Amino acid sequence: MPVIKAVTCPVCGCLCDDIELTIQKGRIVKVKNGCAMSESKFLGYPNHRLLKPLVRKNGNLVEVSFSEAVKIAVDILTGSDYLLLYGWSSTSCEAIRVGLELAEEMGGVIDNTTTVCHGPSELSVQEVGIPTCTLGQVRHRADLVIYWGSNPWSAHPRHIERYTSFSEGRFEKSEWGAYLSKSKSLTAKKKVESVLRRVVPREETAIPLPSAKEPFPALSKEGRKLIVVDVRHTRSAEIADYFIQAEPNKDYELLQAFRALIRDEEIEVDQVAGVPVERLEEVADVMVNCNFGVLFFGLGLTMSSGKLRNVDAALSLTRDLNMRTKFVIMPMRGHFNVTGADIVFTWQTGYPYAVDFSMGYPRYNPGETSAIDVLLRGESDAALVVASDPVANFPRKAAEQLVKNPLIVIDPHMNATAQMADVVFPSAFAGIEACGTAYRMDRVPLPLKRIVAPPKGILSDEGILKRILSAVRKAKASTQRKVA
Amino acid sequence: MKGKPKLRVTLLTGRTIEQGVGKEQGKSSKEYLESVSVCYIDPEDLKKLGIKEKTNVQVSTKFGSVIIRAVKSVRGPHEGMVFIPYGPWANVVVDPDTDSIGMPSLKGIPADVELASDRQIADLAELLYAQFGKK
Repeated sequence: MPVIKAVTCPVCGCLCDDIELTIQKGRIVKVKNGCAMSESKFLGYPNHRLLKPLVRKNGNLVEVSFSEAVKIAVDILTGSDYLLLYGWSSTSCEAIRVGLELAEEMGGVIDNTTTVCHGPSELSVQEVGIPTCTLGQVRHRADLVIYWGSNPWSAHPRHIERYTSFSEGRFEKSEWGAYLSKSKSLTAKKKVESVLRRVVPREETAIPLPSAKEPFPALSKEGRKLIVVDVRHTRSAEIADYFIQAEPNKDYELLQAFRALIRDEEIEVDQVAGVPVERLEEVADVMVNCNFGVLFFGLGLTMSSGKLRNVDAALSLTRDLNMRTKFVIMPMRGHFNVTGADIVFTWQTGYPYAVDFSMGYPRYNPGETSAIDVLLRGESDAALVVASDPVANFPRKAAEQLVKNPLIVIDPHMNATAQMADVVFPSAFAGIEACGTAYRMDRVPLPLKRIVAPPKGILSDEGILKRILSAVRKAKASTQRKVA
Repeated sequence: MKGKPKLRVTLLTGRTIEQGVGKEQGKSSKEYLESVSVCYIDPEDLKKLGIKEKTNVQVSTKFGSVIIRAVKSVRGPHEGMVFIPYGPWANVVVDPDTDSIGMPSLKGIPADVELASDRQIADLAELLYAQFGKK
């Protein structure tokens, strides 16, 4: 059976490019090196597939030919005054480029999923700047890794193994062995405690909570250190050398406290965000004394109170740390090509997301031209959604407006948005059935491979968008001829 | 009827590995839908509500309310905090306000949780129909 090596995984922003797939009779039958999500995608992608274009007739979605679906879609597009084009993070850069061309042609507003994930981070980066690097640098050099408001174990399962604590770098060694022995001793300790609980009454065996005065063996250990800051004891927190549990919506205070501490300033309170200041002082010492630190931040910062200001504080903390040592910072981008969407948007229009073409030139003002705000104000009168599921991911009030107006969806799967659509185009999976380019979270472009052929008659997102764009241009030209 | 205990909590939404694996099986797969129609609650809060795991609860915020299955959280202790994975059920109750920067507030929303064992969890089609009036 043929085995295809060095496949780029089209799931999350890690874009692991060491996947090996075994192909049998035109289907993927085995996945090597992938995480649970990767395996689920490569093996499960043919399920719940859309195979024919659908159009809503008398309230129900019915199968139609491709050309009929294009015709109805073009009627919707040309009949709209302010079209919203949304999605883009789970397709190739090549498709995104055509999408931007269509947005300009329609004078619509185009936004990608950055708007509901790291949008605030983009705003902050534009204000503060970002000291960053590639993941290869992190792998080989970082001796302090911090995940803040991010749970890579669940959202980027191989991030720790490939790029940080459990990766074998040239100058920094993997902590995998140390973690294994730590977890074995923890399991043994739990067993002893459970036996003790059964033998001795509960009150007497109650384990005292660690007091702030106890030293941290984990933070003074040799080798790579892993710190997790989160509001919940996530799976990533379990493998960390040290876990800081902050109160929800208090990240800003905590980050600013660290900024004060690394400048050797006194903090005149006992605790910040529910964490004793003594603990923070020890962590601040570790930050200052590392050789190469990296802070990865997730949606814990961008979605909770403070939003972009939280990211401002994180970026400023990193900037401040560079006065003392080498420190870098990187957002943990979710979808496999959300970074690519920002990059293509930027080199085509000058802005990373929320770009409005209604004035005939690109305009960018998140809060006004961003998808959620356009929808909440009820301004868009039709929408085109590509490779995304906003009905399942937007707050209800925003989704209501999306569903109320004519809706065109391009997606390989039947999802909540496709169920609510008026026209649905089935597409090929980018990175499985269609090739292209995607950008990893550290802005390194990687090729997406075509592993197997798509089902008969199914085009890539790029192919479908090109057909729609050319049909729209023809329709507009013929209207202009009639007017003339 | 005796008043049901109601608990004031902070609602968080986010990813779980089950949701991640489920979504790649397809957004209409059983794995996905089951992984996102749950609410992770701290064992102490379950006690306060007087309920067991896998009972249906109603989560309400000022933006809406939804019936969802309570699951005991192993990520605790996080008393006073509940967690719903991103998905159509979470969307009913999250805060759409973007603070004028485009980003809705999807974490840290004040919410009430109460027992709703007598009510069914809507399936995706029912949930969408109830919200948007489309099938």
